[in-house]
Amino acid sequence: MSRPCAYFKQAQNMAVIETKGLTYTYPGAPKPSITNISMKVEKGEFVLITGPSGCGKTTLCRTFNGLIPQFYQGDLKGEIIISGLNAAKHPTYEMAKHVGLVFQNPENQLFALSVEKDVAFGLENLGLPRDEMRKRVDWALNLTGIYDLRERSPYEMSGGQQQRVAIAAVLAMQPQIIVLDEPTSFLDPLSAEKIFEVIHELNRELGLTVILVEHRLDLTARYASHIIIMDEGKVRFDGETRDVLGNEETRLIGVGIPKATLLYEMLNKEGANLKGTIPLSSEELAEMLQEAIKC
Amino acid sequence: MLNVEDVHFSYASGVEALKGVTLTVKNGEFVAIMGQNGAGKTTLVKHFNGLLKPTKGRILVDGVETTKTSVASLARNVGFVFQNPDHQLFSETVEEEIAFALKNFGYKPTVIEQRITWAVNLLGLTQYRKTSPFMLSGGERKRVALASVLAWDPQVLVLDEPTIGQDHQQKENLRQFILQLQTQNKTVVIVTHDVEFVAECNPRVVLMREGKIVADGEGKDILTDTKVIEQSSIVLPQVAQVFMRLNVKEVPKNVIDLYEAKQLLLKMLEKKP
Amino acid sequence: MSKRLGGSVFDGLKFRKVSSPIHSLDPRMKFIYVITVFVAAIVFSQIIPLLVLFALQIPFVLLARVQKQWLRSLRGAAFLALFIFIINVAGNFFTQGYNLTAANWENAASMTLRFVVLVESFSVFFLTTSPDHLGLALEQSRVPYEFSFAFTTAVRFVPVLAEEAQTIMDAQKARGLELEKGNFMKRIRNYVPVLIPLIVSAIRRSLELAEAMESRAWGATKKRTNLFALKLHGGDYALLSLIVGLLAVALYTFFFVQIPTIRGLLGFP
Repeated sequence: MSRPCAYFKQAQNMAVIETKGLTYTYPGAPKPSITNISMKVEKGEFVLITGPSGCGKTTLCRTFNGLIPQFYQGDLKGEIIISGLNAAKHPTYEMAKHVGLVFQNPENQLFALSVEKDVAFGLENLGLPRDEMRKRVDWALNLTGIYDLRERSPYEMSGGQQQRVAIAAVLAMQPQIIVLDEPTSFLDPLSAEKIFEVIHELNRELGLTVILVEHRLDLTARYASHIIIMDEGKVRFDGETRDVLGNEETRLIGVGIPKATLLYEMLNKEGANLKGTIPLSSEELAEMLQEAIKC
Repeated sequence: MLNVEDVHFSYASGVEALKGVTLTVKNGEFVAIMGQNGAGKTTLVKHFNGLLKPTKGRILVDGVETTKTSVASLARNVGFVFQNPDHQLFSETVEEEIAFALKNFGYKPTVIEQRITWAVNLLGLTQYRKTSPFMLSGGERKRVALASVLAWDPQVLVLDEPTIGQDHQQKENLRQFILQLQTQNKTVVIVTHDVEFVAECNPRVVLMREGKIVADGEGKDILTDTKVIEQSSIVLPQVAQVFMRLNVKEVPKNVIDLYEAKQLLLKMLEKKP
Repeated sequence: MSKRLGGSVFDGLKFRKVSSPIHSLDPRMKFIYVITVFVAAIVFSQIIPLLVLFALQIPFVLLARVQKQWLRSLRGAAFLALFIFIINVAGNFFTQGYNLTAANWENAASMTLRFVVLVESFSVFFLTTSPDHLGLALEQSRVPYEFSFAFTTAVRFVPVLAEEAQTIMDAQKARGLELEKGNFMKRIRNYVPVLIPLIVSAIRRSLELAEAMESRAWGATKKRTNLFALKLHGGDYALLSLIVGLLAVALYTFFFVQIPTIRGLLGFP
């Protein structure tokens, strides 16, 4: 099918995701879940989206691959362009080739009786030839470190392993963008860290654009170059991670600022005069403190 | 008071989930049971209200052996809030949901009415009293589940993974709530792997691994014991990580509290010329 | 590492990949074999051919090493089989003027044996075919993909639902629900707090699954491909020749052979 002409000229547009005034109301809901969202994500970025429960981050994720408005119906206003396509006008199966979505509950994303069949699911849906599927499945399994588990059934696996299967299944479709909606909610901290490392690798090695919705900023802030903080359906802060998290006003929203960042602020308030870029992890703060204590 | 005496437990499938656990929880204590998935944490706490009975050893709740009484009667003293509130909610209104347990325990209608009012006020659900629990958000449903258990005012409250899916503010509310319960001398046991949450509460921490208790002590000591933590699938709290990475003499390694950390670091920074 | 230590009645539903020559046979061929046995069992009403058909299962059971489970299913069928036997004998008794001949006894035994063979042939099929193998066979047959998908997904979630049912029961018991108390009506009402969360959870789960399916290009094309292809191997052709042989022997026997009866062999009228 022929591609509709892009809204923006290709030369100007380095953005893989762009929304303008996006507003969405679920069917029967009294008010919109997201209001007037205008944001831009550049190719290859690692974006963190966070905010208190109910701020609309999950709703926003669903617009990225067309589940909103196609699966959920409801009323979508504004513009949303993903990889040059108007997401509201293309069927979800078309968007799936460009954007992969990984959900919160690992159990409810796996349907097949073996890992490889699950990873191949999307490819089978697209009607790819068998050898191409085989290649992509093995590639995705290796990238997520679960090649040895390929013949296992999902029931026998831990939550962390299941989530890696879900990521592999999305990867196999080779999208340019991968969106993960609180993928580690049900996982213990060690498994969560492993997942974030995998995602970070994918972003770094493959140039995959990553959109991660998370509460646990202490584990994830260090990977993101771009952070968006939402509250009550609107975007409140949008910018470079260190700038946003260093901004005092974010404290008012009730997001889980990494302890290292808080400690840095508290120390400077009491005259510690620590120099350097705002730390987002314990390593960065420790390094900074080491310097300050030595000299 | 909960007494666990050398308890062994094997599931019907033959898997031995508890391999000799001994533990005493006094009235009014706040205990966090931590460890990797499969370590036996949930299996252990399910013994506290008799849902599971030990295959060897015994459990005493206020002096009564759990094998000698029913789950319903143990439940009066030990309230259990499961991880997923949707596994409990079934009523048409929040009111009825809270009344469920009270009716099961044989409370009189006038008392039930009072307790419902008390519970919804306690958890900020008054405006949802006549609402269907299914219409509420995830966080609100969690509060309804909690309210329905608190309604009968059990002496012991067991919370299974209460922080999953909660945002920062909700966790803070939970933490305050637990402190409040402690002032009423209630015993609170949480099963969790949320290290940062536990670091903020600093309760007694019992660490389990492969069906046994491998560490039991004050939060700040257990959570900063790197050897023990590595084997248990939890990570160091971020504040402790900072101290762990500092290559400075005489740095205390068991710091988990933000304010304590700030004081110590200010002192260290002042030392320089 | 398995996260599931959970123990409940439903542990037996956890399918394991067993390797045996029977397990690796193509399910489609096995199915044709089972249908052949099925048809033969219906065509013959004499006891000796039915005994032969029954005996034919045994090498399969032994080769597949599923003796224990097979015997268990036999035990399960035994009750119903006994019931059929009694009905047949009683039927003959009352319709023939309170008289029972040797023929009656043998007929009743035949009917019972036929029932057992029918049930057992399918039992062997399901015991030696893993669900994913079955799913693949369905996908490669002319069955519309929606149905084979529904089948494999249902099988995949059976242990999950079973565990959830157990958790829900535990949660409600922890609120004082006593499932065993009360008269018949009360006991049925006791299950409402278990059924409703189970159903609501199943609905939520299907919505999440549907979202995941859509996000992975469900419905992109009508010409769905498959990662695996079932191919017939040596063992399958051996089974095929067995099927052909069986059909040949059955047809020949049916038309040309006078099948002896047990009572005849024993010297009864």
